[in-house]
Amino acid sequence: MPFRRNHTVLKDHLRMSFFRTDVPWPSLCTVLAAVFLGVFAFSTFRAELALAREDTLQEIEERKAWDEKRKKLREERRKKKGVQKKKDSPPAEKIRIAFLTQEVEVPPALSNLDPVLTDEGVHGARIAIEDNNTTGTFLNQDYILAEVTVPLGGDLVAAFKKLVAGGHRHVVINLPAADVLALADLAEASEVLIYNTSAPDDALRNEQCRANVLHTIPSRAMLADALAQFLVKKKWKEWFLVTGPGEGDRLFAEAIKRAADKFGADIEEEKVWDFTADIRRTASAEVPVFTQDVDYDVLIVADEPGEFGEYLIWRTWDPSLVAGTQGLVPTAWHRTHERWGAAQMQNRFRREAGRWMTSVGYAAWIAVRSVGEAVTRAKSTDFAKVKEFILGPEFSLAAYKGIKVTYRAWNGQLRERILLAAPRSLVSVSPQKEFLHPVSEVDTLGYDKPESKCGNPD
Amino acid sequence: MKPSVRVRRVLTRAGVLAAFGLSTLSVAGAQAATAYITNEKDNTVSVIDLDKLEVVKTVKVGQRPRGIIMNADGTEIFVCTSDDNRITVLDAKTLEIKYHLPSGPDPELFILHPDGRTLYIANEDDNMVTVTDVIDKEIIDEIPVGVEPEGMGMTPGGEMLVNTSETTNMAHFIDTDSHEIVDNVLVDTRPRVSIFDKDGKRVWITSEVGGTLRVLDGESHELIKKIKFEIPGVNDEAIQPVGVRLTSDGKYGFVALGPANRIAVIDAKTLEIIKYILVGQRVWQLALTPDEKLLVSTNGVSNDVTVINVEKLKAIKSIKVGRFPWGIVIQP
Repeated sequence: MPFRRNHTVLKDHLRMSFFRTDVPWPSLCTVLAAVFLGVFAFSTFRAELALAREDTLQEIEERKAWDEKRKKLREERRKKKGVQKKKDSPPAEKIRIAFLTQEVEVPPALSNLDPVLTDEGVHGARIAIEDNNTTGTFLNQDYILAEVTVPLGGDLVAAFKKLVAGGHRHVVINLPAADVLALADLAEASEVLIYNTSAPDDALRNEQCRANVLHTIPSRAMLADALAQFLVKKKWKEWFLVTGPGEGDRLFAEAIKRAADKFGADIEEEKVWDFTADIRRTASAEVPVFTQDVDYDVLIVADEPGEFGEYLIWRTWDPSLVAGTQGLVPTAWHRTHERWGAAQMQNRFRREAGRWMTSVGYAAWIAVRSVGEAVTRAKSTDFAKVKEFILGPEFSLAAYKGIKVTYRAWNGQLRERILLAAPRSLVSVSPQKEFLHPVSEVDTLGYDKPESKCGNPD
Repeated sequence: MKPSVRVRRVLTRAGVLAAFGLSTLSVAGAQAATAYITNEKDNTVSVIDLDKLEVVKTVKVGQRPRGIIMNADGTEIFVCTSDDNRITVLDAKTLEIKYHLPSGPDPELFILHPDGRTLYIANEDDNMVTVTDVIDKEIIDEIPVGVEPEGMGMTPGGEMLVNTSETTNMAHFIDTDSHEIVDNVLVDTRPRVSIFDKDGKRVWITSEVGGTLRVLDGESHELIKKIKFEIPGVNDEAIQPVGVRLTSDGKYGFVALGPANRIAVIDAKTLEIIKYILVGQRVWQLALTPDEKLLVSTNGVSNDVTVINVEKLKAIKSIKVGRFPWGIVIQP
């Protein structure tokens, strides 16, 4: 038989297997794919619901009422049991911590979406005092928080002196940099530790550092470095920097430029935004012109008061992402953070304050907890011993960031991971693991020991 | 057919039948151990047949299920459904929800007294240990402890309870008769799990952020040894000890090391580290089969559990479960 190529048509093969040829396979496959994608999307969306779980205000109120009810039951039980306090126990040792702040002028609100907060820091301090006192119950120690808010135009220095005279050696402050220095330089402050919870000024960590000041809020350099590491890792290294007219804006822009140098990014263009018209009305007209003709990957905005930064994305000439003080924001704490036990902290704070915890609240919590932790571990309330322990190698505080937080001995800055948050999701946490360090990766953020211009003797 | 062939054939068939008979007997005698795993983000419990090494069922429970234990006779499964602020009880056979127990807010981990009716529950966001009577289904007491309590351990006779608080960094020893704290011991940062060994002679306590395992004397609570783990190529900060399980022959202690993705095997007598076993990502809780031949770990970030051969100290298989597997209990 001569060789004959078998020109069997696909259809014939199909006829032989279980694929029926009268079924419209292409349409059926499309329908099945659509169904599958739909189910997948639905399950993912439904999954999203399971992951997001924050207490509503009503749940917070219900929980408060439930707590009260249980407290009463507990007290009744104690009475029934006839529990007596040990008569010969010595009086509890008192540790006094102060929280000092001053009223600020509320700026005109551009948008009424978020309330302007006037009580930042005090709630964090209160929760931390409760935490310290829980330990204190077991160690016969009593932590007392003094809260002082100096009115606008009031005498801050006098208030500070009064606190020190009243026995407060640990003063947690929410004040601008100038006030931090004014208080730190007082004679009365020489045997006191001041905890800065809100001033991000790099100068306070360098030329203007003080031996009696610890910083529990990240510096601008740490925030800029955290953002820069992420952008460089993503290979989005060409930046367009837009700075607002304020001094804080300028300082953040300086930190961004330093970070670009440090991590190998390029500032392709730099512009100052100083328009005064109502941005809500003019953004669509102004921003495209403002941002055209620049070749960049990411627009970095420095707008600390939040006057225009939210109005850049979607209005730029090119479809660009925005990062910095708005958009993708480097921050110590954010409402989207729930890893590493943070969910517990978020809920506790919301029950105490009725709102989300901010970085300043978190910084105040860390400051007050640092005192408690040092007193407990150093087994002493002596000021010198406590200060030595806080700055020493044994200090370790768990702060819902997965690793312990400690203080840099060279400038008193708290070492911590920095969150990179979009408005409704946590995008990343710096330091990015690609950036190595011989001692501690967190020291790739901010001013490391060799870079520090702080002349503090160790 | 030749007679010898016939005999051979009969004998072979008899032999086969006998072997078959015996094997059925042995299968009937040795029932498969079943593992129950809570999936924290899926609100489900995965059921794994440890003979087949596969998931046989997934059961819906309440919100954010974490701690899971069984009652004394293995007929019921208790699950801490944390976000529902109560304990959900399943029938161990049918896996249907039978009833709920009051627990106070945010129950995370718990332990049942040998009396079979008193349940001690750690309320993570409430700084409390709640005591619930399982038969009367009511709360009989609340014991104020440190901030963010989690670890729960008990002496084999049930006289002493040990609870750790994550933020206060203490282990509280509580007398189960008086419900009073009789001792508070400071441990390393962020303690997670605390258990007594089967004689009550030692207490094992892990500190997640401190990165250590502390072994204390079960009576005096003095520190016997503090163990720090070192794994070549793994950042110190990733070594975060959480779950602990001890073999009842006093030979091994197993410690889950969190994002180090490994379980440390410790010689329970000398307290020296023998080896590290690589498992899935973010390993937190552990459980031993009743015959202690297998150890199973929950790996929260890789969404699976790893089954380990205890004799060979080797991982056999990892089995996919739901999202963020948290707690595990094994029943014969």
